Amino acid sequence: MKDFAALFTAVDQTTKTTAKTKALAEFFTTASDDDKLWTIALFSGRRPKRAVTTTQLREWAAEVGGVPLWLLEESYPIVGDLAETIALTLPPPTRESDLPLTHWITELKSLAALDIDQRKARILDAWDQLDPIERFLFNKLITGGFRIGVSRKLMTRALAQATGQDEPSLAHRLMGGWTPETTTFHDLIEAEDAEADDSRPYPFYLAYQLEDAPEDLGSPEDWRAEWKWDGIRGQVILRSGTHHVWSRGEELMTDRFPEFARLPDFLPDGIVVDGEIVAWDGTQPHPFNTLQARIGRKTVPKKLLKEAPVILLAYDLLEESGADLRDLPLQDRRARMDALLQNLPDDAPIRPAPPLAFDDWDSLANIRATARDHRAEGVMLKRLDSPYLSGRKKGDWWKWKLDPLTVDAVMIYAQQGSGRRANLFTDFTFAVWNGNDLVPFTKAYSGLTDEEFRKITAWVRKNTQQRFGPVRQVKPEHVFEIAFEGIHASPRHKSGIALRFPRMSRWRHDKPLQEANTLDDLKDLLETYG
Amino acid sequence: MVWSAYTTPRARGGKPLAKAGTGSIVRGMTDPVLSFTDRGIYCAAGDFYIDPWRPVDRALITHGHADHARPGHRRYLCTDACAPVMRHRLGEISVETVRFGEQRRIGDALVSFHPAGHLPGSAQIRVEVGGEVWVASGDYKVVPDGISEPFEPVKCHSFITECTFGLPVFKWDDQSVVAKELNDWWASTAADGKTAILGAYSLGKAQRLLSMLDPDIGPILTHGAVENTNAVLREQGYALPDTIYVTPDLNPKDFPGALVIAPPSALGSQWSRRFGAASTAFASGWMRLRGVRRRRAADRGFVISDHADWAGLMQAIEATGAESVYATHGYTDIFARWLNTQGYNAQVVPTEFGGEDDEAEEAA
Repeated sequence: MKDFAALFTAVDQTTKTTAKTKALAEFFTTASDDDKLWTIALFSGRRPKRAVTTTQLREWAAEVGGVPLWLLEESYPIVGDLAETIALTLPPPTRESDLPLTHWITELKSLAALDIDQRKARILDAWDQLDPIERFLFNKLITGGFRIGVSRKLMTRALAQATGQDEPSLAHRLMGGWTPETTTFHDLIEAEDAEADDSRPYPFYLAYQLEDAPEDLGSPEDWRAEWKWDGIRGQVILRSGTHHVWSRGEELMTDRFPEFARLPDFLPDGIVVDGEIVAWDGTQPHPFNTLQARIGRKTVPKKLLKEAPVILLAYDLLEESGADLRDLPLQDRRARMDALLQNLPDDAPIRPAPPLAFDDWDSLANIRATARDHRAEGVMLKRLDSPYLSGRKKGDWWKWKLDPLTVDAVMIYAQQGSGRRANLFTDFTFAVWNGNDLVPFTKAYSGLTDEEFRKITAWVRKNTQQRFGPVRQVKPEHVFEIAFEGIHASPRHKSGIALRFPRMSRWRHDKPLQEANTLDDLKDLLETYG
Repeated sequence: MVWSAYTTPRARGGKPLAKAGTGSIVRGMTDPVLSFTDRGIYCAAGDFYIDPWRPVDRALITHGHADHARPGHRRYLCTDACAPVMRHRLGEISVETVRFGEQRRIGDALVSFHPAGHLPGSAQIRVEVGGEVWVASGDYKVVPDGISEPFEPVKCHSFITECTFGLPVFKWDDQSVVAKELNDWWASTAADGKTAILGAYSLGKAQRLLSMLDPDIGPILTHGAVENTNAVLREQGYALPDTIYVTPDLNPKDFPGALVIAPPSALGSQWSRRFGAASTAFASGWMRLRGVRRRRAADRGFVISDHADWAGLMQAIEATGAESVYATHGYTDIFARWLNTQGYNAQVVPTEFGGEDDEAEEAA
């Protein structure tokens, strides 16, 4: 694993993407096919099945490290990463070895067949022959979440450099449900016929937020506008008589949304549609929290299916009759899609996302202002002659979201972050006034600058009133403006409301504690926008 | 060292221990040797404070870092090795000095200063009243670094310890290992035609790093804050390699392959941009943690601290023979809990040392 550890070190020691790409490309040129395949898998969010629990791992590490378990547990939130905490707690190894990455993954997978004592013996044996960085990576293989500063995009670029293939086609090959157990490096990357996988989606084209006035985009006639719906961006695939549903996070959601099983009744085989999965009330989407009730469930009870059936609001047609349409102009793809979707019955689980008619940018701005009435987050702007690109690209597609709603709230609890934010207080609970009481109503983790996080961290340390495990109750003193995209009634929360995408938009140094918003203010917002 | 060769600590006979933060000071037979007040660590028998954070009449100072040596006291007492830096940083102050190990009587207290190994001139302060001995350690490091006076264990009944790195995840490699990493980085940065910029606290850390660098690799340039401190220490006779002060009109092109030492705040600033293509690094015990290292967004993080690591803290505490341990700045709750399981009578003492803020993170 020394070459993989060296790769990690090279990537971890720099903040520059070019240097990271170079190190990865070098690895992809020199490593064995098995190690390359596993590296691709790890950096695209795939990992070996967990054969030991993190609880066992902690206990064993504490034992070997000669510290009580509680001390290791206390160190964890400060280090911010369990794999790292364990690696730092263990005594130095007594042996050395240089077995490849794939060996250790195979070793971990083989643990599943062993009893717990044997598993422990094997893990301890591994720790005893790995150096500190290798141990950290070995532990990461078990604890999961292999985020080490290599984005999928960066990995794809490095792979393109190493193989001489172009980036978009590699990105496409890496999509879908493959695992290192079901394919080989050759089949995944090098083989001519990369389309063999019927379930494979296309890389999603993502838009940037429009920061300037739309006037800069040129003539309105060149653009198509539609609502920016608030659901789950997804791709529905009909190939070889079966269907697959992928989320933008590349999660296969076919079973969660059984409504789409009827699609082959309405549509021909060999198509891929990009759209927004929304819970549909017959005329417009339900608020997002209705859909949310569906997301967590692998199987859906009948009642929920009836109350919140989902449909796909179709944005784009990426494949027809098995042919990739992504290079066609948007207007042609839309025309083909509209032709496919016309005359479908009202209860079909798919309908085209309607265009918004507008003559000039001012009239579009007026339409955008009514987005919340339509349960939309804003509008999307797409250049009519644009191809369907892969990944987040500037120029042809823009999201033009509504300004968020805001309330001024009081910080009452704080908790430390993890990873890059370890040892910093970054996770906060906010409250609004209800008479003389502060009622918690939301958490927020983002929106402050590093400098502001450092300041608030120092303040939290000096103003902690009480501790509940990792959570600190702090003196009510600081007021923050909380921005959010939507507000819904929620019986699960003490305040009775839940926010969509809450974040700290401003530290209101200017605002006295008593002038923060009230629960009644929130109820008014719920009345208006809920 | 005669003064540290204190005989077996005497049992304390069930006297009540000092309570943290009591604030009120009334002389009496049952006064503890040192107590913890809102101005700092106080010795009633000698009517003086150790490293106080509010202005007092008489302050005994362990070392020159800003959280320990504050301005505004009427009289200062520190080691002769520490005084020049204090004068440099605090300006016109009234300082009396002692040598390491020299015993002084102040009121009813016998006081002496012993090397803490934290940085050149840094001391632990031993206070003896009526046969009972307390030691306030200030900040310390038990491993010799080649430039600071090496840490000296001092026997005592009660030990006030820092615990900046009081978690088992903090373990330091030998200085020689880190020195090699540091010089390898400098050499490869120079080979790439770039400038190596190293962020380090200007008093202590910067000079220790200087002593670890291999001057054969290239010229060493310094930021004014570092160079001024270098000048003070050189004047005292501490051996440092030659450095070149970066004046406003210095042309970095005249110094290819250079390494620059600057305070962390200067990295990423206008000041550092003059060096063009550069590789940046920080040197601190916090660099042991990947999260902190990534947050710093430097190219490299070298794990080198002027504080004791976990093993160093335990070793130091054990060597004092103390029964009672008071934990100040750092992970005090966790550390005190650990000490209690190890048979010590340990308590947490809130102080205003360290501050746990950004500057502390950079300095440690």
